[in-house]
Amino acid sequence: MRVGDALPPLEIEVTRTLIVAGAIASRDYQDVHHDAELARQKGSPDIFMNILTTNGLVGRYITDCLGPDAVLRKVAIRLGAPNYPGDTMVLTGSVEEVAGDTATVRVVGANGIGRHVTGTVTVTLPPGGAR
Amino acid sequence: MSDESDELAMRLKAFEGRAAAVAGAGKDPVNEPMIRHWCEAMGDTNPAYAGPEAIAPPTMLQAWTMGGLSGHTGRSGAYDELLGLLDDAGYTSVVATDCEQEYVRPLRPGDEITFDAVIESVSERKTTKLGTGHFVTTRMDVRAGGELAGTHRFRILKYAPARGKPKARRPRPVVNRDNAGFWEGVGQHKLLIQRCGGCGSLRFPWLPGCGACGCLEWDTVEASGEGSVYSYVVMHHPPFPAFDPPYAVGLIELAEGVRIVSNVVGVPYDKVRIGMPVRLQFERYDEELVLPVFRAGETDGGGS
Repeated sequence: MRVGDALPPLEIEVTRTLIVAGAIASRDYQDVHHDAELARQKGSPDIFMNILTTNGLVGRYITDCLGPDAVLRKVAIRLGAPNYPGDTMVLTGSVEEVAGDTATVRVVGANGIGRHVTGTVTVTLPPGGAR
Repeated sequence: MSDESDELAMRLKAFEGRAAAVAGAGKDPVNEPMIRHWCEAMGDTNPAYAGPEAIAPPTMLQAWTMGGLSGHTGRSGAYDELLGLLDDAGYTSVVATDCEQEYVRPLRPGDEITFDAVIESVSERKTTKLGTGHFVTTRMDVRAGGELAGTHRFRILKYAPARGKPKARRPRPVVNRDNAGFWEGVGQHKLLIQRCGGCGSLRFPWLPGCGACGCLEWDTVEASGEGSVYSYVVMHHPPFPAFDPPYAVGLIELAEGVRIVSNVVGVPYDKVRIGMPVRLQFERYDEELVLPVFRAGETDGGGS
């Protein structure tokens, strides 16, 4: 793994089911993540994905790409354009830094309206490098 | 900043460094079912999260501290007070913007979770796309069996939603002596076509005299409602306030032979086709405006 390497993109279909399942699995019962009518009353066009789900998907993306022996050390994300139902988010990553067995990967999740998430993930790689 | 008092700014600043949660306890110990539900939702098939040696996905860190439907435990008075102060100042909406987690050691089923959190910062008033408000950053130490397992920095924006402009209303029809009968018909959910009293030709839109014979006498026939798309355009630009482009505008040929311009509904704008059968329906747009539009029939429409 070298600086500048790109990870294969991961497409996530942002379904209503994913948004609700992610919110409940993360124990986030804010109405804007499951109740479209209340979300609209709060000025949002629809329900939208919660940050914990985005965080979980970013973590999954990294270990999907680098293998189950890769250990997440740090995940830092910032949200931009919301993930609404019916959209597709494409996660892409590029290696920003490699120091010994530790790599820092820059991750971007783009959806139909912009960048949903930008962030960096620091990950320790198994001996012998990523699979 | 003129309409926000310095006093509020100072009161908000004073929360920095105060505890947001003290001796909070996870409602459930780290456990396999919650891990599995998380992995199912995320589509995460990492084998490290299953089996006898399973660890929890590190990104679940915050999930173990969530209050769920029964509310948070250990949340400090200061944090609730800060949120209440922001609510009272009109910043009633909340959205999470940043999450920064460091994982010190893996969490495993059976680990009992405790946590403390501090209000790290409260920003100046900021205006964002969502609206105007203040960012509140908290930092939480998450412990398992009393030992530091990870840190979680979380930023929310407490904001007053930007006032969306009220949805513009569709333009009103211009009703005059020559077409009043047509609009009266629409009001009764009837699409009336003029019929010449001289030569019997049907005509639409409404006119004072017959284009074929010049006769000024006329009566009306009610359209059956059946028709087909004679031609159409798709409007992309420019957007008009009451409309949401892209949308299809059809020239509909009624079964009676006359043509009318209206919206084609019930089918995506890019699936409208010449010859497509449509049926009249009356659509209410607001408390005073009803318009005849045409719904594409229950054809299988390409089935892509």
